[in-house]
Amino acid sequence: MNLSKTLIYDGSFNGFLTAVFIAFEEKLEVVDIQRNSQEQGGLFSETETIFTNVEKAKRVWNGIRNKSNNSISQIYFAFLSEADGVELILYTYIRKLMSSKNGKQMDYSDGTVLRISKLARSVGREKHRMEAFVRFQLTKDDIYFANIEPDFDVLPLISKHFRSRYADQQWLIYDVKRKYGIYYNLERVEMVSLNLNEIHFNKIHKSDAFLNEEYDYQTLWNDYFKSTHIKSRINRKLHTQHVPKRYWKYLSEKKETA
Amino acid sequence: MNFQRIQEKLNILADAAKYDVSCSSSGSKRSNTNNGLGDSSGMGICHSYTEDGRCISLLKILLTNHCIFDCAYCVTRKSNDVKRAAFKIQEVVDLTINFYRRNYIEGLFLSSGIFKNADYTMERLIAVAKKLREEERFNGYIHLKSIPGASDELMYEAGLYADRLSVNIEIPTISGLKLLAPDKKHEDFTKPMLKVKNELIRFKNERKIIKSTPKYAPAGQSTQMIVGATGETDKDIMYSATYYYKKYNMKRVYYSGYVPVAEDSRLPSIGSQVPMLRENRLYQTDWLLRFYGFTVNEILNNDHPNLDVDIDPKLSWALRNLHHFPVDINTADKQMLARVPGLGIKSVHKIINARRFRKLNWDHLKNIGVALNRAKYFMICDSRNWERRDLDADRIKGMILKQSVGKFRNQYSQQLALFN
Ligand code: SF4
Repeated sequence: MNLSKTLIYDGSFNGFLTAVFIAFEEKLEVVDIQRNSQEQGGLFSETETIFTNVEKAKRVWNGIRNKSNNSISQIYFAFLSEADGVELILYTYIRKLMSSKNGKQMDYSDGTVLRISKLARSVGREKHRMEAFVRFQLTKDDIYFANIEPDFDVLPLISKHFRSRYADQQWLIYDVKRKYGIYYNLERVEMVSLNLNEIHFNKIHKSDAFLNEEYDYQTLWNDYFKSTHIKSRINRKLHTQHVPKRYWKYLSEKKETA
Repeated sequence: MNFQRIQEKLNILADAAKYDVSCSSSGSKRSNTNNGLGDSSGMGICHSYTEDGRCISLLKILLTNHCIFDCAYCVTRKSNDVKRAAFKIQEVVDLTINFYRRNYIEGLFLSSGIFKNADYTMERLIAVAKKLREEERFNGYIHLKSIPGASDELMYEAGLYADRLSVNIEIPTISGLKLLAPDKKHEDFTKPMLKVKNELIRFKNERKIIKSTPKYAPAGQSTQMIVGATGETDKDIMYSATYYYKKYNMKRVYYSGYVPVAEDSRLPSIGSQVPMLRENRLYQTDWLLRFYGFTVNEILNNDHPNLDVDIDPKLSWALRNLHHFPVDINTADKQMLARVPGLGIKSVHKIINARRFRKLNWDHLKNIGVALNRAKYFMICDSRNWERRDLDADRIKGMILKQSVGKFRNQYSQQLALFN
């Protein structure tokens, strides 16, 4: 019988997959998988620090994909939810998947499977929302810049969408909560970690990072937004259901209310 | 950019365009292949929502609200005392591009009042689209309003640059049109529609042989009807919608509850309620016709010329046709399953899948997500009791209404889930 272990990884998806690889290979009895920033150290288990190894991660990735294409995206989406303890649930899920004859026959009445698909669905919904709610502001350096503050870590999921849409302009989408961004330099999208000290909300006060013209367009959009309502049909409840208030401070059409 | 001037124009010309209810930006395939700007290959995206809860996905504006005509139901009509404005072609291009680059919109919906004549106006709409495509290399969505009376040549050209074309019929009956839009002839609407339809067919055929045939209005054509401006019945509206779907291969017909915009003795007075519930019932009927295999005369006919307000049209049909029920969930064909109130298309598919493995009972159906509070009166399954017993239509209706207060109250918007 192996000693039970808590695996510590660097927080990246590859790091997590590496941890899964090592757990499988060394037949460990895993009691938890934790990212190094929030390491708790179980009382009765030994910890082992995992060093991310892309080769090993890839093998796990391919192994899962061979079982089921659907599962691989469910796993990735659920991972990005950053939910407490999601790593261990994912680990359980992967073990189930690997021991099932056919990935397609995952049992949706099973608690783990259900939990993962629920998490994946929430992340998917926010991915879609961020594709809609990003508001670029043009900086003096000719970069279209946007802040977002999503509940989940969706930047990696939206990069392709923006890449194919805005192929001829430089853009940077910055996650205020996680302090990193994705930057497109007209050739490829790169991850950049920045610590912006001035966060450019869509406030009324102007920042000199942006052209004056930028504020003109924001005003025009704001005006346009106002002239779209038909007074006799107003339904605010429906409105906030579609545009949750927590996103308002990043929306130029909501400038005054933010 | 002369900001103040543009701002003033935008305020006037967006305000005048908001009564057009079409908002769709999906259904087109125009991917970004030239490293240009934009991509319309995915689903449409709603970037924001109006305070009445409708999706904002396109910059919807008029090129101008000058108009030589005097249609009674229209804010832009000649005799209405409003501020007038007109965009220059380049101004619309700049607005579209700059909004798009900031991720505010999926594209442009451009309509216009008629100035000088139909062709002159149509030419200008086309010029905007052409500039966007050719000079700006723009792959976003473009919806152009076809101007009633525009020539075939221009309708052909419009389809080369636009994703969707539409002519709004506005008034569902010819007599109503005569009364409210005396300057317009019925053919002014149908001629451009016919041209677009024929071009769409031609494109499809040629495309089979020559791959490089230029795209023609890939998202098809649509139209809109105003509801409740004249005394037309729901039957009038839906029969004419069906006619347009069939005769002109419409992708969508939109229904727009009339919002009184001017005092006119021929029309409901200012301050009258917008018939939103009625509008919603029409959308529900439209769905039943397009996706549920109903024919229009089953739902609306001389005995039943108007839709019920208190219940949705499928339930209403079922109550008038109790002899088709109960439906056996475990054996009925897809068509009949889709007619059970409370069963949406999704549930029908799930039922057909699941019943291959086992006979379904109430619990199975509940887990699948069937709205049993309605469905139970119209079906039997692998359980002994049959809920409908010997209830007549009035009793069933009463019991359903009692259980679903609030549920129907939520259905004021066409963009909500229509029904299960
Ligand atoms: S022609 Fe069009 S814009 Fe002009 S009044 Fe009639 S509906 Fe309005």
